[in-house]
Amino acid sequence: MPLLSVDDLTVTFRGGHGRPPTRAVDGVSFQVDAGRVTGLVGESGCGKSVTALALMGLLPGKGVDRGGSAVLDVGAGSEFVASGPVDLLGLGPGALRDLRGSRIAMIFQDPLSSLNPVVPIGVQVTEILERHRGLRGAPARKEAADLLDRVGIPDPTRRLKEYPHQLSGGMRQRALIAMAVACAPRLLIADEPTTALDVTIQAQILELLKELVDQEGTALLMITHDLGVVAGLCEQVNVLYAGRVVESAGRRELFAHPTHPYAHGLLGSIPRLDAPRGDPLHPIRGSINDRIAWQDGCAFAPRCDFYDEECLEGPPALTEPRRPDHRVRCVHPVLDTTAEEVTA
Amino acid sequence: MKPPMTKAAKADRLAELMARRGGDEGGAGLWTEALRRLRRSKMALIGAAIIAVFLLLAIVGPWVAPHGPTAQIWRGEVFPNQGRFVGPRSGNWLGLDHLGRDELSRMLIGARQTLLVGVVSMLIGLVVGALVGAVSGAAATLGGAAGKRVDTVVMRITDMMLALPSLLLAVSIAAVMGQSLTTVMIAVGVVQIPIFARLLRGSMLGQGGRDYVLAAKSLGVRRRRIVLTQILPNSVSPVIVQATLSLATAIIEAAALSYLGLGNPDPAVPEWGVMLSQAQRFFDNAPMMSVYPALGIVITALGFTLLGEAMREALDPRLRG
Amino acid sequence: MSLLELRDVKVHFPVRAGIVTNRTVGHVYAVDGVSLSVEAGRTYGLVGESGCGKTTLGRAVLRLVDVTAGEVVLDGTDLATLPAEEMRRFRRRLQMVFQDPLGSLNPRQNIESILAEGMTAHGIGTSNEDRHRRILAILDKVGLPANALSRYPHEFSGGQRQRIGIARALVLEPDVLICDEPVSALDVSIQAQVVNLLEELQDSMGLTYVVIAHDLAVVRHISDVVGVMYLGSLVEEAPSDVLYAAPRHPYTRALMSAVPIPDPDVEDSRERILLTGDLPSPANPPAGCRFHTRCPWKRETRCATERPEMRELADGHRVACHFAEEIAQESPGEITDGNRENLAKSPRA
Repeated sequence: MPLLSVDDLTVTFRGGHGRPPTRAVDGVSFQVDAGRVTGLVGESGCGKSVTALALMGLLPGKGVDRGGSAVLDVGAGSEFVASGPVDLLGLGPGALRDLRGSRIAMIFQDPLSSLNPVVPIGVQVTEILERHRGLRGAPARKEAADLLDRVGIPDPTRRLKEYPHQLSGGMRQRALIAMAVACAPRLLIADEPTTALDVTIQAQILELLKELVDQEGTALLMITHDLGVVAGLCEQVNVLYAGRVVESAGRRELFAHPTHPYAHGLLGSIPRLDAPRGDPLHPIRGSINDRIAWQDGCAFAPRCDFYDEECLEGPPALTEPRRPDHRVRCVHPVLDTTAEEVTA
Repeated sequence: MKPPMTKAAKADRLAELMARRGGDEGGAGLWTEALRRLRRSKMALIGAAIIAVFLLLAIVGPWVAPHGPTAQIWRGEVFPNQGRFVGPRSGNWLGLDHLGRDELSRMLIGARQTLLVGVVSMLIGLVVGALVGAVSGAAATLGGAAGKRVDTVVMRITDMMLALPSLLLAVSIAAVMGQSLTTVMIAVGVVQIPIFARLLRGSMLGQGGRDYVLAAKSLGVRRRRIVLTQILPNSVSPVIVQATLSLATAIIEAAALSYLGLGNPDPAVPEWGVMLSQAQRFFDNAPMMSVYPALGIVITALGFTLLGEAMREALDPRLRG
Repeated sequence: MSLLELRDVKVHFPVRAGIVTNRTVGHVYAVDGVSLSVEAGRTYGLVGESGCGKTTLGRAVLRLVDVTAGEVVLDGTDLATLPAEEMRRFRRRLQMVFQDPLGSLNPRQNIESILAEGMTAHGIGTSNEDRHRRILAILDKVGLPANALSRYPHEFSGGQRQRIGIARALVLEPDVLICDEPVSALDVSIQAQVVNLLEELQDSMGLTYVVIAHDLAVVRHISDVVGVMYLGSLVEEAPSDVLYAAPRHPYTRALMSAVPIPDPDVEDSRERILLTGDLPSPANPPAGCRFHTRCPWKRETRCATERPEMRELADGHRVACHFAEEIAQESPGEITDGNRENLAKSPRA
């Protein structure tokens, strides 16, 4: 049984004030296995961040409709948390608060605005230890220092007394990761954790995340737009477009044989540092605004080179045109290419 | 098997489905959009309705008033010294005041005076304040080191004006210039000047650091034109909101000055604030005489405040949808 | 022939303190001595991480920030000392594309008005019809429909807005286009559209580009020559292909190795040089080599005391490192002298 099983998740923002409702997540299904890194990849507006917020129960209660299920295997219970599988979408606010921080945790893109600016780092870390593990006083401070040390923050006892603005961007993200893993959560959701950081700092943070997964057995749900990050980190990759998973495969399989025209086009449109200069890029035409509703057909059809009338016969189903563990939502999958042709 | 679609047919079908998804209405500027949002706001509608009624009264009031403002027709029925007043009755729907004049007529005629005081004093504050603010803001954003010094001097002066309690400032001005309607308008207007000046300057400073101003600079657009076409149009929306809100405060402040006895002494122009100040002497025996003008002031001020707040929301770029 | 030449350009921002006295208590050395030259019709790429001074340098070329010292020579004229009005007129030949496509467009002007602004400022076009014709021509060139003219910036998608920004610059027919992070605010699939557009325009209009970006892959793709900046100065400059194949400066090597590549096979096998620590403050840069505080190859005393000059290693390949030749032979794992503390703790090593 997977650690997290998301099934047909929908999130709709009711319009109000005469505006039409927006379906940000439109039937997303994927699984996260324990101790592995699963990627949720897509561009802005594909619904990846809303998916994460829905799983964390962090969407506003008013004006948002949720559907589907997201079953998390909580594992062993504790004085705060009941054991066994629970549907995250069906939980009340109190139960969600108990789960957040202890069983699932999240790190965000902007480390500065995710930290309370007027409270020292140490207090913010010990708060979590007290809330979920009942640690107080000196033992809590000792544990907090150990946590900062583990995420690679030098001189942790001094850092505990400092405020977020005194830390650099990379250090802040490390501090956030320390807070997220303080209670050894079973699932860590990282929403664009390195997008706001420079590449050399990004490399440090990615290395740290890898280490946490390897050593602690934490499952990581990595949400990103950066295919390079995905290639280096994620074992299972789900590509999102317009609120649905359009392709799902293992890392090597996906990059070697991108089969949905969108994934295929995406890989062809990024310049590679190691590709010979002079290779032209092959952009996908149009923008995310050029889409149709999934119930009418494939949302990607207006931008797709392989589009014909079959694409408009209702929502395309997930099929396995290449191999059993490689699912593609397309009636005209790209089957006759190799990795060389993609980059060429 | 259906026949394959032609390229044009395929494009049409897609366009149709994309349109069905809804969304993009095109060709609207930010002002048009703000107006559209304003029309959907309940707060704006209530505010606008109140203001419309008030405007209507101010325009037609003097003509529809059944009696003159000074006509003491029922002088013999009211004895303020003995506590005898006349309440609402047929023919005098709001009763009589302490001099035997028709209260309804005075309220109707007073609406125009009240509006006049509010609008003129707000305009004094707006025009002078916006001018000062624009100069200061332009100097600070594009005037270099010398401009920054100009800005500093101007802003310290407005700070000094802001530091004085506004009513005290207005009272001093009124005391120096004597008792008249003009005095009230100037006194209330002057108090608003630093508010408008600070607001516009702050807004311009915020816009001055934006990328599109930098872009205009890099295009080689002249500084004066950058201020006029780039910075100012994007800086005025808080000023418009403030102007609406200021109308409410101006009406209240004018009433306060009148109440303190600095208002227009002419009995032929029964401004609501003056009426309120005269009525309070008889509050024990004729409370309604105070309640009518007070209600008038409160409801009108509420109308402008509601509209102002709704405009603030409609013009806020963060709420664009 | 070089069209644009920068000679020892410095941009220092004063740090002031005190409300009344407003004393200058120090300087931020945003750009601290950069020399480079850009050939006509070619693309010079400037890469570096945030805080390295690349954006300030781009703005200094256009005199959007004041140049503290040095020369910015465009076609024989030093822009750094040009009087304000002459500089304003010179801006026609030197245009800029901004990072934030929405923020750099006036929200209250429609597209026609935005595109006409520069022409009015420089008196281009004989009549309104002439200007309108030029606008239509440039709109077509950047791939926007003519009906875009009456619409407002917020009605367009990110990629289209960036096309508008490019059209606004090109309608003045400049010689040099400075692109400051032209694609970093765009989605991946849109980035390629804009990169391709810039390349087509260069071919058809003979433009010279300075492309400033933090994304090494984009810069390498689009540039003929790439300069790498660190803490206000250039540390390495080389033809695009050479820089990738044979980076000589330790910082360049670390930067290259940190860029994720969308290929699992490459990702699994490549060696990462993880830098420790963070960028020092440009208000208080380290003495000697600016990079020595983070350099895995730092050697005792010389790196900390003597600031390396840019020197030419091979034709067109310049580097500012005392030990570039030796370092080129070594991987950081092979270092045997006492500098190991500067190597990141690699968990898998």
